[in-house]
Amino acid sequence: MTSEQVIAELIVPGRAGSLRLIRALLREAAMAHGADPDWTHDLVLAVDEACQNVIRHGYHGKMVSGDIHVQVSSDSAGLVIRVSDDAAGVGPEGPTPLPLDPSRPGGLGLHLMRSLTNECQWETPRAGRRNTLRLRKVFKPTGPEATDSGTRSDAENSSSGENRK
Amino acid sequence: MTVSIGERGSIQVVVLAGEIDLQNSGEVRDAVLRCLQRKRPVVVDMGGITYIDSSGVASLVEGFQVARTMGMAFILAAVSPAAMRVLRLARLDRVFVIVADLDAAVESADR
Repeated sequence: MTSEQVIAELIVPGRAGSLRLIRALLREAAMAHGADPDWTHDLVLAVDEACQNVIRHGYHGKMVSGDIHVQVSSDSAGLVIRVSDDAAGVGPEGPTPLPLDPSRPGGLGLHLMRSLTNECQWETPRAGRRNTLRLRKVFKPTGPEATDSGTRSDAENSSSGENRK
Repeated sequence: MTVSIGERGSIQVVVLAGEIDLQNSGEVRDAVLRCLQRKRPVVVDMGGITYIDSSGVASLVEGFQVARTMGMAFILAAVSPAAMRVLRLARLDRVFVIVADLDAAVESADR
């Protein structure tokens, strides 16, 4: 098991206006690790969707307010992002998966979170929080044999789902 | 993010630029639906989009659905690489009518 080192943390109000700041932090963290623009875009989008899910379905949808805590860590092969919040718990299994219907809005956020990262799971919440989602994205290999392994294929992501209620 | 609405003959062109996220995707939705209320074809110029999330995509899907119901053309034009990547991931690149060039999109919408 590779050890993780925390490189940045951000606690922001759980509202849409905070997403820009979260994206800026992630871009800086990815650039500091030499990630390319495509890899960085995908990580930023996955985490943005996770935070958006908290805002839309955890806080705003329940008419409550709270913080979002974003922790960025690095390990030997990639970045690990933990998104914690105080909204009603979703449990370790996460939201209920539903098939993605490309012609209708909804369900896309979770699909993006899962398809743009290598690991996506809810874990035991960090102290003082009700939910913690862990996302991990592996850096692309470099050199002549490099392939786009920083993102899981559709075949590895047959389940997609509905946003948290 | 900026949203502007222009006209090319009988075609309405919604020009989107910058980052579209949960905070401003409602403006995109409003602009698109406002154009469709005029019952004229709509082309969305997406060349200046540097970032779009699922809420932005949902605004476009809603426009697409309303246009389809009305029998009106709704075309995405000059889609930036960042936006195209998200449309592909959402498997929407085969749902929307997407034209690479803005002039060609306007011409196509005018038919």
